[in-house]
Amino acid sequence: MIDKIRSADRRRVGMLTSVGDRWRALAKWQQALGLAAFVAILYYLPLLGIPGLTWLRTDSIKGGNNWAGVLFVCAIYVLVAIGLNVVVGLAGLLDLGYIGFFAIGAYSVALFGSVNSPVVKWIQQEFNLPPTWAVTWAICLFIAIVLTMVSGVLLGWPTLRLRGDYLAIVTLGFGEIIRIVARNATGLTNGPVGISAIPGPEGAPSPDNKVFGLIDAKPWYWLAITFVLIMVILVRRLEHSRVGRAWLAVREDEDAAAVMGVYPFKFKLWAFAIGAALGGLSGFLFGSRNAFIDPTQFNANLSILFVAMVVVGGSGNMIGVSLGAVLLAYLPERFRDFADYRWLVFGLAMVLVMILRPQGLVPSRRRARELKDRAAEAEEAPAHV
Amino acid sequence: MHFDELIGHLGQHTVDGLSKGAIYALIALGYTLVYGVLRLINFAHSEVFMVGTFAVLILWTQLGVQNNPPVGQAILFLVLGLVVAAAASGGTALALERIAYRPLRRKNAPPLIFLITAIGLSLVFVELFGQVLPKLLGGVLPEAFGRPRQIVGMPTIIQQETLFTIGNTAITNIQLIVFVAAVAMMALLDWFINRTRYGRGVRAVAQNPETAALMGVNQERVIMLIFVLGGIMAGAAALLWSMRFGFTQNSIGFVLGLKAFTAAVLGGIGNLRGALLGGLFLGIVEVYGATLFASNWEDVIAFVVLIVVLMFRPTGLLGESLGRARA
Repeated sequence: MIDKIRSADRRRVGMLTSVGDRWRALAKWQQALGLAAFVAILYYLPLLGIPGLTWLRTDSIKGGNNWAGVLFVCAIYVLVAIGLNVVVGLAGLLDLGYIGFFAIGAYSVALFGSVNSPVVKWIQQEFNLPPTWAVTWAICLFIAIVLTMVSGVLLGWPTLRLRGDYLAIVTLGFGEIIRIVARNATGLTNGPVGISAIPGPEGAPSPDNKVFGLIDAKPWYWLAITFVLIMVILVRRLEHSRVGRAWLAVREDEDAAAVMGVYPFKFKLWAFAIGAALGGLSGFLFGSRNAFIDPTQFNANLSILFVAMVVVGGSGNMIGVSLGAVLLAYLPERFRDFADYRWLVFGLAMVLVMILRPQGLVPSRRRARELKDRAAEAEEAPAHV
Repeated sequence: MHFDELIGHLGQHTVDGLSKGAIYALIALGYTLVYGVLRLINFAHSEVFMVGTFAVLILWTQLGVQNNPPVGQAILFLVLGLVVAAAASGGTALALERIAYRPLRRKNAPPLIFLITAIGLSLVFVELFGQVLPKLLGGVLPEAFGRPRQIVGMPTIIQQETLFTIGNTAITNIQLIVFVAAVAMMALLDWFINRTRYGRGVRAVAQNPETAALMGVNQERVIMLIFVLGGIMAGAAALLWSMRFGFTQNSIGFVLGLKAFTAAVLGGIGNLRGALLGGLFLGIVEVYGATLFASNWEDVIAFVVLIVVLMFRPTGLLGESLGRARA
């Protein structure tokens, strides 16, 4: 049975790599054309109406969710996966508390952008501002990124000296601490009541906001996918830079990297900070789209879902983790009967993938190339988290 | 900050903390045993405990236990509960080892793969008991499971009563039973590991697996043994928990498991006596902290303790020692 699965899986990976090889063999202009077509499809997706493909839409089933809304969630999960991939896939640090950064991102737009937040109320009082005043959305974006980067460094500074599995548990604790603080620090976050009226790009939700409203999710999706594309390019540049190579070196063998003059702690801290900023950005988008957040939205299960996206998709490979994120966000929405069992299936998927193909569904090509013997690699080599 | 409250009832808080910490310590043993031998953190151990609480729940509801049974029956129920919980937890731990860890060990996978598999399995267990089993057994066990993912109450076997009072410190019968039972279980385990032939095998494998194998110690059997032992201790903890707190839920393992892990690290993971010390210490710190600040900060205290310990003394209070002098 297991052998059958293995050989089917080997054929699948063979097909994947041959598609990849053919793609890389194309001329530059053909690749550019292909990418442009792909991006165009991404932007067209919420309007999807091609006969024969409409069954893909989540609203094509009874009681299905708003299609554009689901796409938006997929997009921010992809953003999360890209960020977590920097930490887990590239630098090899298993972070189970990524939800903490996601929450900090969401709370930073809520705390500074919403007129209902205690922080804004306090600023209004201190500086005699009108009761409608709040920090602009664009500045909140800046605040979110700075806050999450700082918290990434604050968490990483004391804990990155720890060995892998200890680090995982400490970060899990960090995620819980953030959630419990959000729940208990009533004077700062409104506690379990949550914060409403979180602004979008056009300001607080109100009838005169025509584009980024609560009902139509299409503009939100387009906004999110734009962020995703920008971040994909940036992270890709980073991955192939000196920093990216240092991450891989640290991931493969920390001691050897240190001997070769790569200071592991510094690069691990960078990975943490950059990953945190991406998590914060996705949380930020999530918060402003929802217009309401409360601490229950940031539980540890979601954090484990994030890790599942990365390891199931194929840690270390941006295409793989994005695929993992889309699958894990989309499937439960499209197949509602299975939505009740989603956590069960995530758990099973994690176990099966780790036992059958520890590299994830789409293995990292770079690693396969580095280790030459690809056939043996695909079969034997464990993921490099 | 309620210093007066803490200082005024210091004895009471200490007693409360000790009886709470005894349960942490019992669960912590599972982490410590597995880490001591395999050097891996069995993340799914919290679910082993959860299965134990549900085993007790199912047993008691199937036996039709009412609140406050007569003393003779109460003792019978407790003993049966201990046996069933230990069997269920031990079996779960063994199954876990077989399904998740053995195939990976064959492949010589790095520790983080074990951790991810364990996280996945832990999700599977939580969902099985929260979603699948209530639906399957809903007809058989109507009251016990209730609706999916709900907190389920258990019958009170022993009414909580104050046994004796020292100063203004009241010690209840349940607190005493929990503490004495937990310490007795741990003493038994300590004796087993340090004095018996099987225990010597465990220590040998913990110290040096290759040499132990050369000396004729069956490594696979030792690994199975430590998982079962950890499971039995978690089962005992599950019974004590059911007796003291009287409820369970499918997600009960998460926070409790983290606290037990903290206790194990605090005492020195891999050190059996350290687990006891760490558990009791954590229980006390938690109760003190909850009194000083507010009870809703209780869970944060354990995490902060964990981070601080790992930063300043990663080998814990007593250091590692299941295999004794490990270089």
